[in-house]
Amino acid sequence: MSTQLTPVAPAADRQDERPPSGRGFSSLGGRRSLTGWVFLLPAALLILVMNFWPMFQAFILSLQTGRGAQLSFAEPLWFNYQRMLADQTFWMTLRTTLLYLVIQVPIMLVLALILANILNNPRLRFKGMWRTAIFLPCAVSLVSYALVFRTMFATDGLVNDVLTGMNLIDSPINWLGQTQTAQFVIIVGLLWRWTGYNMVFYLAGLQNIDHSTVEAAKVDGANSVKTFWYVTLPQLKPMILLTAIMSTNGTIQLFDESYNLTAGGPAYTSMSVSHYLYEVSFVQNPNFGYAAAISYVILVIVALLAAIQLKVGDKRD
Amino acid sequence: MTRRSLRSVPSLVFLTVAALASVFPLYFMVVSATNTSQDVLGSRLLPGGQLVENLNKLLAAQDLGAAMWNSTLNAVGTTALALLVCSIAGYGFEVFHSRNKDRLMGVLLLAMMIPFAATMIPLFRMFADFGLTSTTIAVILPAISVPFVILLFRQAARSFPHEIVEAARIDGLRELGIFLRIFIPTMRSTYAAAAVVIFMTAWNNFLWPKVILINEAFQTMPMLISNLTSGYVTDYGVLMLAVLLTSLPTMVLFLVLQRAFAQGITGAIK
Repeated sequence: MSTQLTPVAPAADRQDERPPSGRGFSSLGGRRSLTGWVFLLPAALLILVMNFWPMFQAFILSLQTGRGAQLSFAEPLWFNYQRMLADQTFWMTLRTTLLYLVIQVPIMLVLALILANILNNPRLRFKGMWRTAIFLPCAVSLVSYALVFRTMFATDGLVNDVLTGMNLIDSPINWLGQTQTAQFVIIVGLLWRWTGYNMVFYLAGLQNIDHSTVEAAKVDGANSVKTFWYVTLPQLKPMILLTAIMSTNGTIQLFDESYNLTAGGPAYTSMSVSHYLYEVSFVQNPNFGYAAAISYVILVIVALLAAIQLKVGDKRD
Repeated sequence: MTRRSLRSVPSLVFLTVAALASVFPLYFMVVSATNTSQDVLGSRLLPGGQLVENLNKLLAAQDLGAAMWNSTLNAVGTTALALLVCSIAGYGFEVFHSRNKDRLMGVLLLAMMIPFAATMIPLFRMFADFGLTSTTIAVILPAISVPFVILLFRQAARSFPHEIVEAARIDGLRELGIFLRIFIPTMRSTYAAAAVVIFMTAWNNFLWPKVILINEAFQTMPMLISNLTSGYVTDYGVLMLAVLLTSLPTMVLFLVLQRAFAQGITGAIK
């Protein structure tokens, strides 16, 4: 349901082509093909009804106004979108979300890449232990970790006590009560929760790399940094693309942390755009039409960023 | 010390810092669950004797049993149905492969690009129209058919020898029989990996249950812990205990199945 796993479809590079199935459903192959469709039916129907149909409905809804069940088409039709243009809070939450994206995702992916590379070293001992430790944050729910971080970063909490104890600060910092520090805590939380997750994907990618290419580079006299940069990294490109798209999607849909860690505060300045959408839909004066318009902007941004990443990542060198 | 081991020192330091940073908040959570609120804020990092007291306070303030039951029901129900629907689809895509089925797979994968925010409100209205708010069905249905899990099973089915299917057909086993009696037992590690992914996602899901479960009696563990902070005074010991109880099932599941999980993920993205 949430944003946890979103890989890209591998190209249809199947090694063994099956013999073509028969034309009519009366033939044996045809009957088998029909059985195949029956196997796919429940999954396909569910995705149609639970994903595509609501997406279409959301678009219709974004053209409507009204309260509760009393909805009618807006006058003009794009009224909700017009309202969005003038909505300062919407723009602020969108800016904040993009800020999280630009700062957190690159740091996280580089960290994950370095960690995966260290863990892939055949001479490293206790691999399982390291991997488990670094992946364990991913087993914790977003709400749980948000509340743990909220407790650690409380004004009279652990982080301030440690910093004061080390004489790094004179008086406690009000982490969650100031815009920049609240945003900082969300970024730290995201890094903590997701770095290990991306590392697992890089580890899987590294395991699929032919080791002889790395050996060949070593024989040719390349040092480990050069080998990594010119041999390993290019082969990891599909996996980097995958994690970049997943993380981008996830960050743009950020909700749990904004809601539970900072409660969007102070004064909406650490609020994510999804959190704002929730406020518009279910808190204060619920306005489904306007909320649907906001959700469509999120959809367009996700699609645009994915398209850009695919375009950039797919360039053959 | 040899030169080689000396060179790996920075990596080891980096790894150690990362591992400690990963585990520390979890240690803080566990230790704080056994301390008083004052001790938590006083940054006591040693286990205390407050565990039973915290549990009593939590039980007095919240219907913990109901939330645990609701979460379990939702997560187990989602996992069972999703494993069934997604594995049979993944198997179907591979074993009955055709060009049109490939096209359908492409369309289904597009669903992964749809942000939940863009479908949440229509989904809510849809279930409300059928009078299904505050029901397990409403929580489970949108989470059963997961493109990523279908993909996982399709990749697994790719390594499933086609000769076995042919032999079973000759022996007179029906298509469903082949799936139930041969595919499922041989694909245990894929099922384990998929189960970890689905169970974790379902158990930890917050936004959708929060939206659709209007009736308080149906609240899940993530909803319960989120509500604990809405009062004026937060008891941090009690909060951390509730957070720990919420995290335990998924963490234990992951630790038990992590080998199969890693195998499943690695196999799926080959």
